[in-house]
Amino acid sequence: MERVLMKGNEALAEAAIRAGCKCFFAYPITPQTEVAAYLAKNMKKRDITFLQAESEIAAVNMVLGASSAGVRTMTSSSSPGISLKSEGVSYIAGSDLPAVIVNVQRGGPGLGSIQPSQSDYWQATKALGHGDFQLIVFAPASVQETVDMTIRAFEEADRYRMPVMILTDGFLGQMMEPVSFSDEAPVIEEKDWACSGHKGERKHNIINSLFLQPDDLEHSVNERYKRYDIIKEKIHDAEIYKCEDADIVLAAYGTTARVAKSAVNQAREKGIKAGLFRPKTLWPFPVEEFRSACANAKTVLSVEMSQGQMVEDLRLALDCRLPVEFYGRHGGNIPSPAEVLEQIEKISERSL
Amino acid sequence: MAVVFDKPHALCDVPTHYCPGCTHGIIHRLVAEVMDELGIEGNSVGVFPVGCSVLAYNYFECDMVGAPHGRAPAVATGVKRARPDSVVFTYQGDGDLAAIGTCETVHAAARGENITVIFVNNTIYGMTGGQMAPTTMPGQVTQTTPYGREPEIQGYPVKMCEMLSTLEGTALAQRVSVDNPAHIREAKKAIKKAFENQINKKGFSIVEVLSTCPTNWGMSPVDALERVRTEMIPYFPLGVYKDEAVWNKEEKAD
Amino acid sequence: MISINFERCKGCGLCVSACPKKIISLSEEKHNQKGYYPAVCTDNEKCISCALCAMMCPDCAIKVEKGE
Repeated sequence: MERVLMKGNEALAEAAIRAGCKCFFAYPITPQTEVAAYLAKNMKKRDITFLQAESEIAAVNMVLGASSAGVRTMTSSSSPGISLKSEGVSYIAGSDLPAVIVNVQRGGPGLGSIQPSQSDYWQATKALGHGDFQLIVFAPASVQETVDMTIRAFEEADRYRMPVMILTDGFLGQMMEPVSFSDEAPVIEEKDWACSGHKGERKHNIINSLFLQPDDLEHSVNERYKRYDIIKEKIHDAEIYKCEDADIVLAAYGTTARVAKSAVNQAREKGIKAGLFRPKTLWPFPVEEFRSACANAKTVLSVEMSQGQMVEDLRLALDCRLPVEFYGRHGGNIPSPAEVLEQIEKISERSL
Repeated sequence: MAVVFDKPHALCDVPTHYCPGCTHGIIHRLVAEVMDELGIEGNSVGVFPVGCSVLAYNYFECDMVGAPHGRAPAVATGVKRARPDSVVFTYQGDGDLAAIGTCETVHAAARGENITVIFVNNTIYGMTGGQMAPTTMPGQVTQTTPYGREPEIQGYPVKMCEMLSTLEGTALAQRVSVDNPAHIREAKKAIKKAFENQINKKGFSIVEVLSTCPTNWGMSPVDALERVRTEMIPYFPLGVYKDEAVWNKEEKAD
Repeated sequence: MISINFERCKGCGLCVSACPKKIISLSEEKHNQKGYYPAVCTDNEKCISCALCAMMCPDCAIKVEKGE
């Protein structure tokens, strides 16, 4: 396994190729640009299809089609583009199709900014489209983790026949870090439900999200939620850093977790018992991991590049047993370790 | 006794949900007959739309994929790019193809996407109860144009074949009708050509079929066919708007 | 000769107007399970197996055969 220096977005694209992604569809948007550019550059020599779609909506529906035909497929975009894709994602979920959706987050609402942001947490974890459904949401915090999670995303999407999101941001996408790739070829199982012609050997397959009879739709959604229960048991992951004796537990994912970790180290140097809880999966939320990280905590501080969209999940995970405070910068701003340290110190002084 | 006419194999042996006299049934049958004649049922993937023909997955024996409203050409593009050897067709109504899905339609054509599009134009939204469609004709009364479509207010209809024939990527753009047996024969020929084009990798092929909606037009099925003849055909003239291979030009069609 | 699938027919009458021999009419008293009054052939002897009725049938309810 050789180590190479790569941009987050390019590493993500490389990981997708190695995961066996055969069809990639996207529409140009900053700051996800390099994902599409990398795949476009590599499509001929690596035997994949890259097609620049006429819109975000068309791109996600091309994913729906390619997934229906039984191949591994992906689309990538940034926040405003993801809003446009929401219709297609809902149909993908309702049709029980695997797909990988990448959101390299930027500021919002509206056109917002092209700078990094984490203000699509709610969209990703609660309601990316109409109807009762969920996506598995992975939140990497480094380029290596972006690679590992991308490969895992394709596996989980196939395993559970559902859309999986990589929720990264403009900072992680644009930054360069050394990264290594496994040489293992992906194991992709035959999809007997796929639509690629019955060859006279079986009854026709139908990919569909329409159920006109109330009982049928209810049944279909219930079955999907049974799968979600299994996923909740099997897929939940977090990094717990210096939390054993921590009075103050910082909670942060992705880019802000890197900042928060520096602040925790600086706080420790000043004798403040701080720790970091970093969810790697945002749905399912790693509830047990968070509870154990907070075993001795008196206060939780959520650090985000949003107005505090993760705070509710933190409170719910703890059944509101601890105060959950919030510090965030947004609009394209990234909080600095010094700013976060100041918040830690404030909390520490108050509780003394 | 020799069988002169019977249900084609590619058409499922089930009753349809279509209203009495709705010509969707005829168009379904023509597509299925073509699939039979070309022997492609086992290799075909149909993409069904949102609208009256949303239940088409119950009626075709080939694999079927459902698209969000208007997105069928994008979904078909995904299927085709993933499985270039499959025969991929969409079956769409006018609201689906010419209003909410105009962008997907135009760009699939512009790309010369090697798919077949069956476009059913009955100048109205049938499934939702008869609202103005992108193809509703000036003066036509619908639920949302109760005084008749007024171009000054609601603008003009979209003529898809004319529009798509201007694109380099379009291999076939033909408008046909199913109002009488002669026209039905013509329609089948066009549909067959649209599938053959795909098999021979000639590019994007669309067949627009003028169709009826007796229920929402408030007419008997027989009178509805008369409206196709006297009102629709003069406004949406039948004919071949473009017939020119985009790809694979040298190779002659079988 | 033609045979019309009684349950499949929706009684739209397109075959009635297509038949050159005028041997198809809509049933007046018997309706099918869906409540439609299906088309019936009144004189199969006169049928020339032209299949125009079947071509116009939106429901594939008509099978056409030809004697030896």
